[in-house]
Amino acid sequence: MSDGHDHDDHGHGDHDHDHDEPGEGAVPAAALRARAIESLLVEKGVVTAEAIARGVDWLVSRTPTNGARIVARAWVDPAYKQRLLADAKAAAGELGVDAALSPIVVALENTAAVHHLVVCTLCSCYPRALLGPPPAWYKSSAYRSRAVVEPRAVMAEFGTELPAEVEVRVVDSTADIRYIVVPRRPDGTDGWSEEQLAAIVTRDSLVGVVQPVAGEPVAV
Amino acid sequence: MTLAPGQRVRVLEGASVGHVRTPTYVKGKHGTVAGSRGSFRNPETLAFGGDGQPARPLYYVGFRQADLWPDYAGPATDTLYLDLYEHWLEEA
Repeated sequence: MSDGHDHDDHGHGDHDHDHDEPGEGAVPAAALRARAIESLLVEKGVVTAEAIARGVDWLVSRTPTNGARIVARAWVDPAYKQRLLADAKAAAGELGVDAALSPIVVALENTAAVHHLVVCTLCSCYPRALLGPPPAWYKSSAYRSRAVVEPRAVMAEFGTELPAEVEVRVVDSTADIRYIVVPRRPDGTDGWSEEQLAAIVTRDSLVGVVQPVAGEPVAV
Repeated sequence: MTLAPGQRVRVLEGASVGHVRTPTYVKGKHGTVAGSRGSFRNPETLAFGGDGQPARPLYYVGFRQADLWPDYAGPATDTLYLDLYEHWLEEA
């Protein structure tokens, strides 16, 4: 954030909100609309404020850690990987990840020949019931418009450069299916435990903008 | 109409009125059916208080990036896939 703009008089209390909306400092129109709809629904008895709070708590209790565990298991267990590619919700359930409320989830396997990159150009569809809320950049109009037109340039900005022989396959999450990428297991991870592998599977690698890097195994 | 994997299709060019899940950038473009996703309630009516019936078959359809964007900068083998409802597709 630049130093040239003082936010202290805006009365937000904290500064962990996004500032990439137009009219920096103002409450975005969409947020105002959501608040107005929420208070009307509560007022009319359609939902309770408690039910909304529980729903939000449940959503943010979903984290990319779920996806990392699923990918790590797929890396060490080929039979599990096949079940994951056939039915990702059921495979998540095997690891105790409750995806019952999720729409259908399809796992896209990255290989030496094909690299998947997920975007939702029409809104911000994301496997929230598995991974929690999407990253802010995933919802930005810049990512949503550019990922389909110039995916390699977008990935390069995340530090990912793929050779021309690799097919970059953009998957636009338009309808009733949600997508999770199963990245390639990096070299240099032979003998790693499932927990050590899960630690290098980042949220962004589950969308396909980056690839996991081996580095040194972390103590887990 | 049932579309089998490998079937060439063209995306229809109707106007996007309501909750249409067919992005403008694929309208009029040619692609290839990669698989079926099953049938789902039609979001175009479901989103406006309707029941979304009849359910619409949904297909996973692949396109060559070079067919979508005349100035595509990447290799000719790069692709884009998305899920499209049957009523937005015609055999080509």
